[in-house]
Amino acid sequence: MGSIAKIHEMLVKKEISCTELTKSYLDEIEKSNGTLNAYVCVTGDEALKTAAAVDKKIAAGEEIGLLEGVPMTLKDNMSTKGIDTTCCSKILTGYKPIYDATVWEVLKAQNAVMLGKTNMDEFAMGSSCENSCFGGAMNPFNENHVAGGSSGGVASAVGGNIAAYGLGSDTGGSIRQPASFCGVVGLKPTYGAVSRYGLIAYASSLDQIGPITKSVEDASIVFDAIAKQDKRDSTSLGAVGGETYSKLNNDIKGMKIGIAREYLDGVRDDVKEAVLAAAKVYESLGAEIVYFDLPVLKFALPVYYIIACAEASSNLGRYDGIRYGYKTAHYTGTHDMICRTRSEGFGEEVKRRILLGTYVLSAGYYDAYYKKATDLRGTIIKAFNDAFEHCDVILAPTVPMTAFEKGHATSDPVETYLTDICTVPVNIAGLPGVSIPCGFNANGMPIGMQLIGKSFGEAQILNAAYRYQQAAPEQFKDTKWGVKL
Amino acid sequence: MGCKAVKYELVSGFETHIELSTKTKIFCGCTTQFGGEPNTHCCPVCIGLPGTLPVLNREVVRFAIKAGLAVHGKIADVAKMDRKNYCYPDLAKAYQISQLYEPLIIGGYIELNSGRKIRLHHIHIEEDAGKLIHQHGDTYVDYNRGGVPLIEIVSEPDIRSIDEAKEYVEKLQQVMRWVGISDCKMQEGSMRCDVNISVRPEGAEKFGTRTEIKNMNSITNIARAMEYEYERQVDLIESGGKVVQETLRFDDATGTTSSMRSKEDAHDYRYFRDPDLVTITVPREEVEELRAQMPELPGEKLERYVDEYEIPEKDAALLTKYRNISEYFDKAIDGVKSPKTVSNFIIGQIFRRVETEADKEVFDVAVSPAQLNELVKLLDSGKIRNNLAKSTLEKMLDSGKGALEFISESDMGGVDDNALLELCKAAVEGNPKAVEDFRNGKEKAIKALVGNVMKNSRGKADAMAAEAKIKELIG
Repeated sequence: MGSIAKIHEMLVKKEISCTELTKSYLDEIEKSNGTLNAYVCVTGDEALKTAAAVDKKIAAGEEIGLLEGVPMTLKDNMSTKGIDTTCCSKILTGYKPIYDATVWEVLKAQNAVMLGKTNMDEFAMGSSCENSCFGGAMNPFNENHVAGGSSGGVASAVGGNIAAYGLGSDTGGSIRQPASFCGVVGLKPTYGAVSRYGLIAYASSLDQIGPITKSVEDASIVFDAIAKQDKRDSTSLGAVGGETYSKLNNDIKGMKIGIAREYLDGVRDDVKEAVLAAAKVYESLGAEIVYFDLPVLKFALPVYYIIACAEASSNLGRYDGIRYGYKTAHYTGTHDMICRTRSEGFGEEVKRRILLGTYVLSAGYYDAYYKKATDLRGTIIKAFNDAFEHCDVILAPTVPMTAFEKGHATSDPVETYLTDICTVPVNIAGLPGVSIPCGFNANGMPIGMQLIGKSFGEAQILNAAYRYQQAAPEQFKDTKWGVKL
Repeated sequence: MGCKAVKYELVSGFETHIELSTKTKIFCGCTTQFGGEPNTHCCPVCIGLPGTLPVLNREVVRFAIKAGLAVHGKIADVAKMDRKNYCYPDLAKAYQISQLYEPLIIGGYIELNSGRKIRLHHIHIEEDAGKLIHQHGDTYVDYNRGGVPLIEIVSEPDIRSIDEAKEYVEKLQQVMRWVGISDCKMQEGSMRCDVNISVRPEGAEKFGTRTEIKNMNSITNIARAMEYEYERQVDLIESGGKVVQETLRFDDATGTTSSMRSKEDAHDYRYFRDPDLVTITVPREEVEELRAQMPELPGEKLERYVDEYEIPEKDAALLTKYRNISEYFDKAIDGVKSPKTVSNFIIGQIFRRVETEADKEVFDVAVSPAQLNELVKLLDSGKIRNNLAKSTLEKMLDSGKGALEFISESDMGGVDDNALLELCKAAVEGNPKAVEDFRNGKEKAIKALVGNVMKNSRGKADAMAAEAKIKELIG
């Protein structure tokens, strides 16, 4: 049973009150956050208020929903009315939004108990969570290792049992990569399945909100709750593929699972072995493994960095110190104020991407970079469509390696960019991908694999992930931290 | 300035911004009303708060299509929104959502009175920015205007004189008001022009280097700025200099232009497709539906007034300057013998009561088109004469009451054909002397008989008709 269903049962059976449960989560945050650094803002009072409301309902004999009263967290790039929303950037210091993101509005309406906002790489740019102005979130399997990024705080909190689930955002792997590093489940939905309204944009054509959870069932429940069409987001379509929870545990006999050889290139041996072992598990479940070539994958990384940086350079133009957030203390005029505010307010990685993005869009370079990248994006989308002619889902490593030690990422940005090589193609093509644990390396650090589906094929990949989870429960290990249900 | 050896031709193209009068803004539900306390017509979307997303107001597309149809442009089947990136405090997102690569309207033209067509390159839709307010040494930003929908109408460099430029702007203003998409008030900024201008020796094929005068907000200033800039460029070339491509501002007080930025400092707007907005598709049926709803355009109407109603072109132009006037006229001429008479009443008398251009545009006059129609029909039937009609119209305009309030039965009684015959017979019978004189060849004698008819009809009879009738009786 997943954590959400377990908590639901405990609440309904009155084994524990929602207030007690919430308090125990808050206590555990208090104990472990000094080490894990998962939370950047804890909202205990609001959480207890919601918990009390849920307890009142239960006491009154009212029925409660699956997500009702379940303690959770949001990545700090989702707009929460009256609650600090900083993207872990100095430039948004003190910014309290005046409106709620759609995902939060939806969950709040279901009495979700938000414990606080979680750590991330500044503006979701990074793969270690160390580009946070609050310092990085740590890995619950080994606190000397990073949690991954950019949604490192959510993955750390969920892996460390200081949130039952959380919402992250995935632009080039930011849900799947930290989920893989922290030994938890992370779903990046099809572009358009979940509303982006209120998600502070990094790269608008790639960003997508999704759940990070302990189990596949939990990911499925949360996805079903948030995949709603939203008229405030023109690109939102909702769960076109239908709900997923009721379709878990369908037979996968005869399912064709594709492995693109290029996905295994340059991947560390232990990771490759774990993924191939998982393929064997699938074969034992009656699925057929088909190998194929996806040569366009070699373009994915440059295409991703050009498009993402271009969009980011535009999206981040609004942080000028005039209306909200950080403003420099000393300046001589408007222009100087904006320059100083941005120079002081943004971190190194964000500045690097703004510069890259500005460059690829500038007159004379647009055709050589941005235009070429968007053309290639079409080629990559087509290549995936073609691949799905021959298989139902694609199996690949989530990250070519396991969680690295802290401080490693900052030393070589290009090498860090390479960690995204397996995750970015999904964002470029707008496809759904779920990362689940599939093994451990010699040091006990988790290895993740991802199942990539057709557009709006969440039900299919979650079902396949669920079947693996049932067949290989030993890969879903708990950590020493947090609340034990 | 002395006598120039070479004559220089002016070449100009316009970029005209027009605020659309949709009820709500282009990407959110806020009101587009002009004015209002600063920052009260705003929401998270139009002040660009982090995480907000634009959603296109479909009315904006429909208004822009109407604009396109009004200038004979081609309506694209699909259009896309792009981001124009630049940093300025009145632009909350640091980019303006506009269209560069695939605008909604392609081509089109404005036809001048001379018959010359000023071709349009395209029309695109975009959002307006907020406004900076400088007060007590501080600068404030008001975002009320931010997100108000605009169309930008980009002409080809087809304008060849200042008169053509003025006429182009007037015609554009007229037709956009006519189709009801904007009030085009230059003084309130709902219509603003950027003027591109260059000169070249007459007969030359190659264009000269152009300059662009930004943000002109009156036709008078457009003319002044162009005049100054034309002279400046000609003088520069004549004295061996070269025109530099640059952006200029016009100083109202001095009547001169000065440099805002040179080509080297020109903004690099880094346009790219806005990923937050989906492709705009325009079904043909929607275009045809809007086309069917289009009013007859002022140019077509003017032509018809001249051809069908034999109204002098000058008068027809006055009747078609504003849509409300022409609609008033169209209603008032229903079933009348001479639309020209109606036109004369409107231009001769009613216009005196509607002095300002603003009032003419509204054209809310005391006398309804139906009342004017009734008056003209009385005149048509010969029941009243022109003088009485004129004075009655004045009384109608004073009071808002119908013609019959001021014209009694007896005023009209003597003028129908039977009554006229009776009056003429009486005049002949009562004035044998005059009859005899007339019969003896004294043509003038008939005037006495007509005068008698007029006197006894208290001036309401038609003198010409009376004279003809008397001649019939005694001739």
